Amino acid sequence: MSDALIDLSQAIATAQDDALIEASIVRGELVALVSPSAVVEFVTFLKNDANCQFTTLIDITAVDYPDRERRFDVVYHFLSMTQNQRIRVKLPVREGEIVPSISEIIPAANWFEREVFDMYGILFSGHPDLRRILTDYGFRGHPLRKDFPTTGYVEVRYDEAEKRVIYEPVDLVQEYRQFDFMSPWEGAEYILPGDELAKEI
Amino acid sequence: MMDDGNMGGLPGAPAEQKIRNFNINFGPQHPAAHGVLRMVLELDGEIVERCDPHIGLLHRGTEKLMESRTYLQNLPYFDRLDYVSPMNQEHAWCLAIERLTGTDVPRRASLIRVLYCEIGRILNHLLNITTQAMDVGALTPPLWGFEEREKLMVFYERACGARLHAAYFRPGGVHQDLPDDLIEDIFAWTETFPAALKDIEDLLTENRIFKQRNVDIGVVSQQDALDYGFSGVMVRGSGMAWDLRRAQPYECYDEMDFQIPVGKNGDCYDRYLCRVEEMRESLKIMRQCLEKLDKTKGQDVLSRGKITPPSRADMKTSMEALIHHFKLYTEGFHVPEGEIYAAVEAPKGEFGVYLVSDGTNKPYKAKLKAPGYPHLAAMDYLCRGHQLADVSAILGSLDIVFGEVDR
Repeated sequence: MSDALIDLSQAIATAQDDALIEASIVRGELVALVSPSAVVEFVTFLKNDANCQFTTLIDITAVDYPDRERRFDVVYHFLSMTQNQRIRVKLPVREGEIVPSISEIIPAANWFEREVFDMYGILFSGHPDLRRILTDYGFRGHPLRKDFPTTGYVEVRYDEAEKRVIYEPVDLVQEYRQFDFMSPWEGAEYILPGDELAKEI
Repeated sequence: MMDDGNMGGLPGAPAEQKIRNFNINFGPQHPAAHGVLRMVLELDGEIVERCDPHIGLLHRGTEKLMESRTYLQNLPYFDRLDYVSPMNQEHAWCLAIERLTGTDVPRRASLIRVLYCEIGRILNHLLNITTQAMDVGALTPPLWGFEEREKLMVFYERACGARLHAAYFRPGGVHQDLPDDLIEDIFAWTETFPAALKDIEDLLTENRIFKQRNVDIGVVSQQDALDYGFSGVMVRGSGMAWDLRRAQPYECYDEMDFQIPVGKNGDCYDRYLCRVEEMRESLKIMRQCLEKLDKTKGQDVLSRGKITPPSRADMKTSMEALIHHFKLYTEGFHVPEGEIYAAVEAPKGEFGVYLVSDGTNKPYKAKLKAPGYPHLAAMDYLCRGHQLADVSAILGSLDIVFGEVDR
């Protein structure tokens, strides 16, 4: 853990006391937990402060924890080329909660926020053009949510009779198999075929 | 057009003619779209007023699929992202796992990785500069460039058995050691390649048409490069000497001697020049790796532990080794709970993996940060005010591959 990173984390903690929930250094990476309403202010600070200069937005993504009250973590990665440091900013967000867009301050956020919206259904307020980006035109659902099945809901094929591509509900010849090789001694949570009979006896 | 609506006094002429901007659809099946890019261009005459790229036509849901596969099963997905330089991608995945599990990579494996990453860089740049030349009208460079690419792919094949989808880097090292004569053959290639590169350069660098199509086209200022989240050549072409291999060294790049070429004007032509110079620097790194590999002959290329398979010889005699092998390839290894961001300097820019592990044998979440994604996002900004024909020149110099943009 480098001293420069500790200094940086303390400088951010003192300057952004209101926005910051928690700042920590894990495995040599600076992680800041920020409340969603303060993200614009916080990112502006990261970008403009002389000690930070996190001018390059690397990535925006989200992580879905369905069991948590604040279901999503919106995760931003920033890089400072001048300071040669990185920071990860995490916002815990409820389902349906609207996050302020940072695309005004950082143009690169535009497509990243569109992707997060597409994949997780998190809305960004103030985004100039919040359309789906990676999925099909007219796609429904948000694929990277944990409750979205890997097979999806619709499949497409070219119909010879109608001479066009048509959408149909997914019809699998064989059920989609999620192989779980977790050792039964290490907390696998499934019932092996036949195990359900053991209780009846 | 006559604004007063007087069409030369002709009877029956419309009172007023409106000129609308013209919308055209570029792609998804266009030879200069580098794959499956659909762009809706709004044109005022020949001038691009607005450019709206529609991506996702190659979206395969890699990140979703990765959540239901073990760490090792996920490795081959990385070859299929940027399929022009497959091993560089695998590298980021291996680094992420190694950092979370705290695995050290043996020296020989580290050297082989650097060697193959640089081969990947040359593979990528050869494809990019030659297809960029094709986008602006030259047909010969791709033919010459692909000949060299073919030789490099043979090196891929001799190391791992596959020309493209290598799955060669593994968490904890590389899959197998290189055959002895391969090292000599790669060295022989590094001696013939400068001549081939010079031939390609003779065709392009001072070529009048190539310069007319690329100089002062798609200029990226330093501020733009920061604002739009660029990385790799897109940053270096604008005069910033930013290279992760130098700034945040991973593997054994810190002991390699190489220069970072930077451009001056940040236009398409400077980016082309940067790529050509980078290939020369890659050659230097490859030579150093080959020398060092000579000194580490016979050393292990996998750190033997929980996340790597036992040696074949052990499996013949040791029951534990056999069980370990079986468990590794069925259940897979467990990665401690936590999150990590590992980035490498891929040929196209910073390729990163954000990995969230919940302590099981599968990643809870993996986000692949593709360098091409922010580059393509800036397409609208870069194309505005340019001629329609410049769109393909700019797109060519951005170095887009849809495998990684769409994931």
